[in-house]
Amino acid sequence: MQLEIPRKLQALVEQAHLVASEVFRPISRKYDRAEHEYPVELDMLASVMDGMNEGDLGGGAGAAKLKQERKAQGGGVRNGTNMSTVLGLTELCWGDVGLALTIPRQGLGNAAIAAVANEEQSLRFKGRWAAMAITEPEAGSDSASIRTTARLDGDHYVINGEKIFITAGGRADLIVVWATLDPALGRSAIKSFVVEKGTPGMQLVRLDHKLGIRASDTATITFTDCRVPKENLLGNPNIDTKQGFGGVMQTFDNTRPVVAAMALGVGRASLERTRELLRQRGILGGYERTLFGSTAAEAELYRMEAELEAARLLTLKAAWLADNGIPNSKEASMSKAKAGRAANHITLRCLQMCAANGITETELLEKWARDSKILDIFEGTQQIQLLIIARRLLGKSSQELR
Amino acid sequence: MSKNPMAASLAMLNRFSSSPIVHKLGLYKPAQRVAKKAVKEGFRTSGRVLRQFKAAQKLLRPERYQKLEHKSDLFDLNLSEEQQMVRDMASRFAREVLRPNAARCEESLGPSEDYLTLLSELGLGQLVVPEKLGGTASQASVLTGALLAEDLAHGDLGLALAALAPLGVANALVRWGSSEQQSRFLPAFAEARAPAAALAIAEPRPLFDPNELRTRATIDGDGFLIRGEKSLVPLGESAELLLVGASLVGKGPRIFVVERGAQGVLTKPDPALGARGAGLSSIIFDDVRVPTHAILGDHVDVCDFSVLIDLSRIALCALAVGVGQAILDYTIQYANDRIAFGEPISHRQSVAFMIANIAIEVESMRLLTWSAASRAEQGLPFHREAYLARVACIEKGMEVGTNGVQLLGGHGYIKEHPVERWYRDLMTITSMEGGLLV
Repeated sequence: MQLEIPRKLQALVEQAHLVASEVFRPISRKYDRAEHEYPVELDMLASVMDGMNEGDLGGGAGAAKLKQERKAQGGGVRNGTNMSTVLGLTELCWGDVGLALTIPRQGLGNAAIAAVANEEQSLRFKGRWAAMAITEPEAGSDSASIRTTARLDGDHYVINGEKIFITAGGRADLIVVWATLDPALGRSAIKSFVVEKGTPGMQLVRLDHKLGIRASDTATITFTDCRVPKENLLGNPNIDTKQGFGGVMQTFDNTRPVVAAMALGVGRASLERTRELLRQRGILGGYERTLFGSTAAEAELYRMEAELEAARLLTLKAAWLADNGIPNSKEASMSKAKAGRAANHITLRCLQMCAANGITETELLEKWARDSKILDIFEGTQQIQLLIIARRLLGKSSQELR
Repeated sequence: MSKNPMAASLAMLNRFSSSPIVHKLGLYKPAQRVAKKAVKEGFRTSGRVLRQFKAAQKLLRPERYQKLEHKSDLFDLNLSEEQQMVRDMASRFAREVLRPNAARCEESLGPSEDYLTLLSELGLGQLVVPEKLGGTASQASVLTGALLAEDLAHGDLGLALAALAPLGVANALVRWGSSEQQSRFLPAFAEARAPAAALAIAEPRPLFDPNELRTRATIDGDGFLIRGEKSLVPLGESAELLLVGASLVGKGPRIFVVERGAQGVLTKPDPALGARGAGLSSIIFDDVRVPTHAILGDHVDVCDFSVLIDLSRIALCALAVGVGQAILDYTIQYANDRIAFGEPISHRQSVAFMIANIAIEVESMRLLTWSAASRAEQGLPFHREAYLARVACIEKGMEVGTNGVQLLGGHGYIKEHPVERWYRDLMTITSMEGGLLV
C-alpha cells in the first residue's frame, strides 16, 4: 500500500495548476460578475486540452475519458483516467469551479457518452461538447420519476418534456437527455438520447441566475415533438426490467468522485488563502501544539485541514477502485458526501475567520463560499449520497429504505 | 522487597528526604509533595519477582529497520501478502479471543492470565524483533503495525492495548536503541511470553502536551535522576520495562529506558473511562536513578522524540479505527434486527443516515491513519499526516462513539450490548498520548 500521487501524474497536476493560476484566477471575478457571458479565454485552453489528451499515452484525463475499467488480469495496479481526472479537476477548481465547469468538450454529457456509448457513437460524437439533461421541474433527486418521454416513430425517437439545471446547456453542441420509453415501467424504461443542438423542437428557454458558479451557464430546455435519430439512443434500447437503472446510473459512479475532486479544489483554495491571511496576523499553524493547546484559530485550521485531507483520500480511493475495475458505488458516494460537505463547511468557516476580508469582493473567499454550495447538491445531494451509502451498508433496496 | 507497600513508600520517603541533592537544588518542598502523594494514594513498588534482562550475546552494531522501498510509486490500496496474513490472523484472534474476554478483563482491570497465555501463542514479538535478536523483522512496517492494531481493537481495545504496548517498546528499541540496549532487552521480546512493557508519556494534567513534559531528568554524577508522574500507562502495574518520556534539563525531551525494579518506581492501578482491560496505571518516578546509557539511543541515533510521538499517535489512531469499525458493524446488525413501528429501524432515514455517517467518518479516520503510516515506513516526512489523523480521530471518534450508543437507544446504555464500552473506549484512546507506538 502506498497512498502518494505517482510521479507520472505529477506533470498533469502541475499543468492543471498552471491553468488554474494563470488562466482561471485572473478572470475569476470578471465572469462571476458577468454572468452568462461566454469566457472566450477558454477556447484556446480547450484546444490545448484536446491536444494534450490526443498525445497522452497514459489514457489522458477529462470527462470524455471517464469509465470503469475492467478488472486487471494480472497486469498489476493501475492509476488511470479516473485518477488523473480527479487530480486535474482538483487543481482546476482550485482556480475556479465555474470556469472548470464550462471548459468546452469537458461536459457531463461527455462522461455519459464515454460510459455507455457504443463504438460507432463514440466515434460520431468525438470532439463535441455534450451537456447532460436529467432534472425536471417535478423530478430532481428522484430521477426515476422523470416525465420526459421518448416515443419510437419509424427511424426516430420523438422526445417531449422540459429539462432544467442543464450545466453548459446554452453552450454545448449536444444534449444528452434522459427520457422514458414508457412512464408506466419505471426506471428500467429510462434511456438517454443524444440531441444535436439545432434539432427542431428543442428550445433553449432561459439561463438561470445563481448563487455561485456564475461563469458556468445553467439552462432550461424544452423538447416539443423533437425527432432524434434512433441511433442516438445510448446503451441498450430494450426495456430490461431486471437490469433496471444500471446503465444510466453507472455514469454517476464515475462522475461523483470528480465532483468530490472539484470540492477538494475550492476547499483547498479557501484554506490556503485563509492561512496566508492569518500568517500576516502571526498565526502559523505548524502542527506544533496539541489540538487543545493550540489557539482557537489554529485549531480551526487543523480541523478543516483534517476534513479536507480525509475527503481527498476518500476521493482517491474511489477513483483508484474505478481505475482497477472494482465496483465503487458506495465509495464514490462516500467521497462525494464527505468532500461536498467538507468543502462547503471550509469555505464558509474561512470566510467567517477572515471577517471583512472574507465577505467583501476584494478577496475571492466570498465567491468560493458561494461556489462550493453547488458541490454538495449536484450529481446527487448530500442526502442522496447518504441514502446510497446506507442502502449498501444495510443491504436495503430502494423500496425498503426510501 | 517489602510486602507492605505503605512501609516501602515510607522508607522511600525517608531515603529521599535525606538525599543531599534534594536539599542542594531546593527541590525539597515539591518533592515532599510527590512523596506524600505517593503514600497517600497507595502507589507502591512492585511486589513481584522481576525478570532480569541479560544479554545472551552482544551486538557490535545496533540492528535497524530497513526503509521500505516499493517497486512502483503508484497509488495502491492493495495489501502485501504479509499484511493480508497479519490481518487474517489478527481478525480471527480478535473475534475468538479478544471479544469473548473483553467484558471479563474490563472488570478485572487487566488482561487475564489465560488471555496472556493465548496471546503468547501468537508470538507477535517476532514481527518486531530483528533476526539477529531472535525475531523475523527486517523492514519498518508501520502500516502492518497499524493494521494489526486496528484489527485487534475491533475485538477489544483494552486487550489490544495490553498486547501491543510491549511491541511498541521493542519497536522503539529497534529504531533507536544502542547495541547494548538492544542486546540486553530485545531477545526477551522475541520469546513467546514477551515482558510486560509500555511507553510512559502522558502526565496527569489538563491540556497535556508531550512537548512540555513535567517529568524531569537531571544529571547526577554518571547517570540521571528521573522525577515525575506518568498516567495512562498500559500494563503499568505489571510492567517490567518502561520507556519514560522526561525532559532532560537543558536539552529537551528524551526517552529513558527504566527497569521496573529501579528504586523509586511506584505504580498504582488508575482505571480510566475505557480501555480498562489494558491495566492502565499511574507511575511515580521518585528520583529514580538510572545510568547514563539509559537514554534511549546512542550518540549516532538519539531517539527522535517528535517521531516517537507521531508513531504513537498513528498507533492510537489505528486502535480508534478498530473500535469505530466495531461500532459500525454492530449498529448495522442492530438496526436491521430491531423492529419498531412494524419494520426494521434501518428503514428510517434518520437511523440509516447516522450509520452512513459513521461509515464515512471511520473510513476517513482509517485512510488518514494509513496515509501517515505509509509515509512513515517509506521514510517520508509524516508529522503533518499523523497530526491530522489525530485531529480527525479526536473529532470523529467522539461522534462515532456517541452516535453508536444513540442508535441502540436504551439498549446502548446497558452492558448487555458492548456499545457503551466502545463509547468509553473511543473517548479514552483519543484522549491518550503514548502507551504504545507502531
